[in-house]
Amino acid sequence: MDGVEVEAGMDDVLTLGGEKFTSRLIMGTGGAPSLDVLEEALEESGTEITTVAMRRLDPAARGSVLDVLRRKGIKVLPNTAGCFTAGEAVLTARLAREALETNWVKLEVIADERTLLPDPIETFDAAERLVADGFVVLPYIGDDPALARRLEQAGCAAVMPLGAPIGSGLGIRNPHNIELIVESAGVPVILDAGIGTASDAALAMELGCDAVLLASAVTRAQRPGLMAAAMRHAVTAGRAARIAGRIPMRRYAEASSPSRTA
Amino acid sequence: MKITINGGAVELPGGATVGKAVRTLTPMTSGVAVAVNGEVVSRSAWESTRLSESDLVEVLTAVQGG
Repeated sequence: MDGVEVEAGMDDVLTLGGEKFTSRLIMGTGGAPSLDVLEEALEESGTEITTVAMRRLDPAARGSVLDVLRRKGIKVLPNTAGCFTAGEAVLTARLAREALETNWVKLEVIADERTLLPDPIETFDAAERLVADGFVVLPYIGDDPALARRLEQAGCAAVMPLGAPIGSGLGIRNPHNIELIVESAGVPVILDAGIGTASDAALAMELGCDAVLLASAVTRAQRPGLMAAAMRHAVTAGRAARIAGRIPMRRYAEASSPSRTA
Repeated sequence: MKITINGGAVELPGGATVGKAVRTLTPMTSGVAVAVNGEVVSRSAWESTRLSESDLVEVLTAVQGG
């Protein structure tokens, strides 16, 4: 265990959907050039939860992402990526529950192919239906504090605001809104999408997010394994800094040495 | 009878079950889920659920994503 993790406290666990986790880095699996590269990246990330998508079975496919996750003992979190309507998302979640024997779902209902931004109306509709059907619903949303609150009231187990569009690597475009979501949330806030590099992940945790979900930043890095390790450290460091309490920013200097020598 | 499995036309004997349709694609039973005409058919009902002419069958599994 890293020193920083010891300092942050051994009891600093993430409680999500009634389960406890020590890692606050949730990984996606999209974009990895091979299952071997993915496996190394997952190992280096230290993740305990990882997303998969549901697609038509390809009889010619060799190897399965599920085998990798099973081998690593990582919890599978199916998503509803590719869905444009609440109806599609609900059906996809039910198929995932049947195939993967989990009632957890990362709810993702996108508005259009170009931005992949989440559709708030369809997302809320699907969230209500899935909560009523007994799912642990983790909705992917814009950085909208009002929608986050409404989804929490609807019974979602977490809210997952974006930092920037999926795969953009633009980081956290509106840190103020992320802070507002964190301030009023009674469920975990998971920063999802937009992370480009380690400092983005650290910032998410410093802003008070409970976890970070990322994929492309690692799977499309030149060295995915090394970037995964960087993200693990960044999330841990950002979390420790949040708990430690940063100093206030000042306009002028405040001497750190005594003002007289004698 | 002619049905559609994952977008492709397939000829199966009349009254064939969902299980038989799945086996045209894969021998796997775990990690796979089936919808017929937009409704999930749970694994325990695969062998007792019979298909009809023109049914739309979707057979899904988990892939890399998200």
